Amino acid sequence: MPRVKIPRKSTAIDMTAMCDVAFLLLTFFILTAKPKSEDPVPVDTPGSISEAPLPEKDLATLTVGKGKVFFGVEGFEIRKELLQQMGTKYNIGFTANELKEFANMNTIGVPVQQIKQYLNMDPEQRKAVAQPGIPSDTTGTSELYNWIHEARIVTKNLDNQELRFTIKGDSKEEYPTLQRIIAIMQKQEVNKFSLITSLRKQ
Amino acid sequence: MDLTAMVDLAFLLVTFFMLTTTLNKPKAMDLAMPDKNEQTHEQEPIAASRTMTLLLGDNNRLEWFIGVPGESLTPPTVSGYGKNDLRKVLIEQQQKIKGQTGKDMFVIIKPSDKSVYKNMVDALDEMHIANIQLYAIVDITPVEVDLLKRDHIY
Repeated sequence: MPRVKIPRKSTAIDMTAMCDVAFLLLTFFILTAKPKSEDPVPVDTPGSISEAPLPEKDLATLTVGKGKVFFGVEGFEIRKELLQQMGTKYNIGFTANELKEFANMNTIGVPVQQIKQYLNMDPEQRKAVAQPGIPSDTTGTSELYNWIHEARIVTKNLDNQELRFTIKGDSKEEYPTLQRIIAIMQKQEVNKFSLITSLRKQ
Repeated sequence: MDLTAMVDLAFLLVTFFMLTTTLNKPKAMDLAMPDKNEQTHEQEPIAASRTMTLLLGDNNRLEWFIGVPGESLTPPTVSGYGKNDLRKVLIEQQQKIKGQTGKDMFVIIKPSDKSVYKNMVDALDEMHIANIQLYAIVDITPVEVDLLKRDHIY
């Protein structure tokens, strides 16, 4: 029986389709990637088995580390409006430029009286300055109380949604700091919040 | 045209983005605190016999007992947060109480000033693992702090 002769093919494969797919995937991942927001203090979140993802909108984050508290709200418009409200409350006028700067910031950790000064720094300077954290005591009229209160009002007005609160705490943070901010939130009847954790295996 | 090098590079980047985006998603753990302001709607008191108290002390240690401090039904025991400590205790006591009363156990978590945030999260996490539905975080009382001091974990 005569053998069937297999024609030898060239080893060069047409890579065009593969290249297309690869770049399509690449584009997808680049676009879905969210830039990791810088924490003002190093925060090492404790692990838990909880797998609930965080909501993207109407969310306020209280970052806690080294005894300091930082406050941040999601959303460009909400932040702008929030700073304006805080300005009226504390009799500070903010320029359009300052509002824009604030809207671009993820978290804030300076007392209200210093915000103007802080916003007028350039980004390089800002990084060098250690933020002292937002003054928080349980008297009920502390700055943190007002930030939370105003943020809730602003979210309600703009989105007609209840603002959700998350606490992003450092694992080594001592409990009294947490107790204090929980007490501040409970004072305005915010009894439900989420704790940000990293995933841990059982 | 030879696209091999380009495909290599593209897949390298794809791998990089896949690994960095999906694994870093923070997770959230929901927590509802007992309402402090509303004294009006009275809840049914929960029997001391099915209440377990966890006192979170320093250096990743905790103390647990059933009942009320001073006249607890089990002697206060110092334990850790690990798989073989707290989880075992929770599951054992849960079963025991279920057998005795037919109802679920109620756990009160009381972090002291010396405990850290991680301890609180760990304790809550164990609640989820042991499938305990009734739990609350409550402020610690001086009597309980004394108990922690007595056992040298404060």
